[in-house]
Amino acid sequence: MLRHILPIARYTLLEALRNRLLWLALILIAAGLAFTQFLQQVSITESNQIQAALLAALLRVGAVFMLAGFVVTSMVREFNDKVMELILSRPMRRSSYFVGKLAGFTAVALALALIFSLPLALFAPVPRVALWGLSLACELLLVTAFALFCVLSLTQVMSALAAVAGFYLLSRSISALQIMVANPLSDTLSLGQGVVGYVVDAIAFVLPGMDRMTQTAWLIYSAPTAAELGQLLVQTVAYVLLLCGAALFDLQRKNF
Amino acid sequence: MRDERPLSHVSAPVLALLAAGLALQLGLHAALPAPRAKAPDLLLPPASSLLRLASLGEPIALAKILMLQLQSFDYQSGSKVPYKDLDYSRVEAWLARILELDPKGQYPLLAASRLYAEVPDEARQRRMLDFVYRQYLLDPNRRWPWLAHATFLAKHRLKDMDLAIKYAAALQKYTTAENVPIWAKTMEVFIREDMNELETARVVIGGLLSSGKITDPGELKFLDGRLREIEQRLKKGASSKPQRGKGNEAVGHAAPLR
Repeated sequence: MLRHILPIARYTLLEALRNRLLWLALILIAAGLAFTQFLQQVSITESNQIQAALLAALLRVGAVFMLAGFVVTSMVREFNDKVMELILSRPMRRSSYFVGKLAGFTAVALALALIFSLPLALFAPVPRVALWGLSLACELLLVTAFALFCVLSLTQVMSALAAVAGFYLLSRSISALQIMVANPLSDTLSLGQGVVGYVVDAIAFVLPGMDRMTQTAWLIYSAPTAAELGQLLVQTVAYVLLLCGAALFDLQRKNF
Repeated sequence: MRDERPLSHVSAPVLALLAAGLALQLGLHAALPAPRAKAPDLLLPPASSLLRLASLGEPIALAKILMLQLQSFDYQSGSKVPYKDLDYSRVEAWLARILELDPKGQYPLLAASRLYAEVPDEARQRRMLDFVYRQYLLDPNRRWPWLAHATFLAKHRLKDMDLAIKYAAALQKYTTAENVPIWAKTMEVFIREDMNELETARVVIGGLLSSGKITDPGELKFLDGRLREIEQRLKKGASSKPQRGKGNEAVGHAAPLR
């Protein structure tokens, strides 16, 4: 099985390099550093914290956007060029193809997490930056798996990217939504409020708690606790398993 | 209908993986505590310019979201003791920022006067009422309802008549829009009547009538009736007080009435 998976992963990684993803990452870092340098000039106090917080937020969103865009466009190109059909016409399991692609994209995600963590070491202690980077890698892994699942199901750039964006935004804000719904202004809960509350809770059950991941506070205030880190890793494993199961389910039912 | 192969084409390990992943996710979520806003989590708001930058050209939308977010703090489920642990200087800062983003929005002032000012803590109440007063002065014709409520709170909750009169006098002085009801502009009169400051109340009504701000016949009639009633009370006071040996003083006060 590995003899099928590794070449697919390797070519996916090669595609990322040829798409100049690395250059784009470096340009984003340079732009982020320039922006934070400007803010540092105008800030009166906590300039290091301001730089760390804004650079971290910018790089995190940038990494998610770049990775989701790459996964979706790369897979759609394979659909359109019939590369996928060509590969699957070989004596190979569909799951091998999927795992190969996932491995390749995961390598890209890990590389991006590493590259984007490094400049933060200029403004925050290295151990904290390392933990932040680990969390970013987990977050990017989730985005990779979800983007792969979406593009295999939807096979269109726009719909897949919209789904990934919706998933990411909702995952990051679901806890805030739950709190808002759970605390209405009036004591009496109307039927509509009750239904909305149940719907939001149900959505929260099937979404990963991304609002607990890659927190800027870890860089500027205190490192995450072991419990927080453990929870983050378990959440990543659980959700990646779920997404892999869902994507393989869809792939195995697909008729080419 | 999508062109798909039947379910039997899905291998058992994939089904097992899907089921395990789903069970793990649901189990993990069920094991985690429900998210809850905590008072210490309420940080100082960023600068207004930064918030505008973050709003990406949608300051009103951001203001609405921030208001809902702020409102969700410290409603502790189970024992519902709202806002008791909140740092009110931070609450006030957030409310001011939200108003800067959306100056026409009324929600922050409603929250200040009807939520945050209703805590059983006098210092916090006063802080919120003062905030409402300062914000009212920036846009009196739009924000008068909240200062009117603040006046009510100052009078009935805080029992601080001087503060109530300060707010009521501001309502009368700065609110110039025609659609403002008469009761809002005449609150000062009623408070002074309650304080038995009949002379001042009479002067306030006289000032309102002579200012030309009141044009509605019904309102004019109401104020005129009120003025007569006060004068009657003053007369009664003037005629009863000499029996208590203070007649000259009372007459001396009543003299300018005519």
